[in-house]
Amino acid sequence: MNETIYRSHVLVCTGTGCVSSGAKDLKTTLEKELTAKDMSGEVKIVETGCHGFCEKGPIMIIYPEGVFYCEVNEKDVKEIVDEHLLKGRTVERLLFKEPMTEEQIPSYQDIDFYKKQQRISLKNCGHIDPESIDEYIAVGGYEAAGKALTLMEPQEIIDELKESGLRGRGGGGFPTGLKWQFARNTESDKKYVICNADEGDPGAFMDRSLLEGDPHGIIEGMMIAAYAIGADEAYVYVRAEYPLAITRLEKAIQDAEEYGLLGENIFDSGFNFKLHIKEGAGAFVCGEETALMNSIEGKRGMPKPRPPYPSVSGLWGKPTNINNVETFANVPYIIKEGAEAFSSIGTESSAGTKVFALTGKINNTGLVEVPMGTTLREVIFEIGGGLDKNKKFKAVQTGGPSGGCLPEEYLNLPIDYDSLLDAGTMMGSGGMVVMDEDSCMVDVARFFLNFTQSESCGKCTPCREGTKRMLEILNRITEGEGREGDIELLEELGDHIKSTSLCGLGKSAPNPVLSTITHFRKEYEAHINHQNCPAGACQDLLSTYVIAAEDCIGCGKCAKVCPVDAISGEIKGVFAIDEDVCIACGACEPVCPVDAISQG
Amino acid sequence: MKSLAELKELRDKVKKDMKKRDQGTRPEIIVGMGTCGIAAGAREILKAILEEVETRDIDVRVTQTGCIGMCEKEPLIDVRMPGKERITYGNLSTSDVKEIISKHVINGNVVQELVIARHSE
Repeated sequence: MNETIYRSHVLVCTGTGCVSSGAKDLKTTLEKELTAKDMSGEVKIVETGCHGFCEKGPIMIIYPEGVFYCEVNEKDVKEIVDEHLLKGRTVERLLFKEPMTEEQIPSYQDIDFYKKQQRISLKNCGHIDPESIDEYIAVGGYEAAGKALTLMEPQEIIDELKESGLRGRGGGGFPTGLKWQFARNTESDKKYVICNADEGDPGAFMDRSLLEGDPHGIIEGMMIAAYAIGADEAYVYVRAEYPLAITRLEKAIQDAEEYGLLGENIFDSGFNFKLHIKEGAGAFVCGEETALMNSIEGKRGMPKPRPPYPSVSGLWGKPTNINNVETFANVPYIIKEGAEAFSSIGTESSAGTKVFALTGKINNTGLVEVPMGTTLREVIFEIGGGLDKNKKFKAVQTGGPSGGCLPEEYLNLPIDYDSLLDAGTMMGSGGMVVMDEDSCMVDVARFFLNFTQSESCGKCTPCREGTKRMLEILNRITEGEGREGDIELLEELGDHIKSTSLCGLGKSAPNPVLSTITHFRKEYEAHINHQNCPAGACQDLLSTYVIAAEDCIGCGKCAKVCPVDAISGEIKGVFAIDEDVCIACGACEPVCPVDAISQG
Repeated sequence: MKSLAELKELRDKVKKDMKKRDQGTRPEIIVGMGTCGIAAGAREILKAILEEVETRDIDVRVTQTGCIGMCEKEPLIDVRMPGKERITYGNLSTSDVKEIISKHVINGNVVQELVIARHSE
């Protein structure tokens, strides 16, 4: 352990988002600069997990002042060292500017994006070094596990969980305490705990960020679960596409083993706990619990009919408890602070907070954690900073490919498990894709169905054949070949697939289509009846552009911007567009100085 | 790890360093680190403060600031105790630092002979 007390801590975010925007080089440059200025003994550089504000990465926070710098690049390092770390002057140009007010905000707690969040599961992400078990312990880590193992009976823990109202954060929303109770009640000489980190929803990355930013938090949650149900072995099933998460988790397991926080007779309680990592190959269906267990056993990742549920016969036929990463991340808080502290947050039916991955046409892309019951409007406009380029809000897609789209009327809806289900969508893992006026809802539905269709494992007929037929219909609608009755056919097929598929993938795959038909039926009708895409997104339905020969002055500006070289002509002569080549992208229209170009 | 007590002991050992990231109220020592301050020896003052804070194991926030215009009186430091007025000390040597920390920061008695300004915020 390093005993030096530093006067300043510089936190550099090295989550995947910031690493891809250059955080690693930033850190190296900072180290060099500090050494050159003979300050490496005074200033400590800490690599942290994701701060959630990936839009503004790479992110750097300097303590003790708590100044938040964003979009920092290597060239800024010298100025930060000279000005801030040496002379104590804030580098104002690197401060965050609120998009609405243009106001510069030095302190990170004061930025709207963070101010309106309440962080429980993400509390350590971006605050501690995920590769240091000491820092995790310094902020109170493993105290909940210590309390559970030495002062509580397994049944007490389960009762506490039940009382807290925690529900599964992977999307199902099943009460966690009850799930643990089932696994505890099954008599067996061997039981397992599994952490489902097979995060497959396009756009969702909270599980990755949690594993990267606070791996010990997940280990602690799993340990408490294992003790409560009577298991001594566990797996984290994580996608191989998350190399940083795997590296950090491996390091965390190794450190915990060294400290005797994993292994035998932990806290002298007689409890043994062994943790393994299983890397998944990236099949979406392996996020389904029975398929996931097949995959761990080395079999093909396909779901099995339930019952028997995993709590009765799970991994290798033994009782097994499976929870999502975010669910486990909430467990230490509940054990440490008590059920009441947790249930006082959120709504009556959905306690606590939920992490959402904000993506799409929104200003502040990133991860946000808010109390259940926060409205969609607050998340999108207050925390998310509104829509990109001030476009008009059209819809928000929640729940990933299994969820649905909600239009503007639902913006004041308080978000919880039940309110979203009532509105025809679902919580899912917490993906939130924001769409503006330029998004075609038929195309969006087609995108998500294309994803689920290609990820269908093919075991049951409704999902394998049904989603394929639905996709064919959607394809022909977006190509202008839609037929009378297609909408009704989609609805009928969708209902059948939902009620007869084997697993959650098929049961939810039609949701994006059905919800867009409910809320945006007119768009479907416009595509089918008038071969028209109101949002102007479906290429095949757009008419090509023409140049009015009598107005053309022969400047040639249009020909320069055409991405497919469809425009030809001689300077000072007359230009023309080849309609067979034109892709109707519209790039030429605004550059014409005499407005001679229009859609024919 | 054999007991909660052992975990707490480890926590106490490691949490001191984490206090840097705690935004709560505690005494603050601000060192003038403008070019004038650095030229007059502010780096040595800063190092002396850090050493003293470490040897005495006290919970203090040490930050820097730029030139405040009294270049003549550098090196300058400000001491701000929670809820008290901000005291500026000037013309400091490294031995003055020890005195200021033991008398003012720890015991709350301003070192009158070194004070060059007071301001309430």
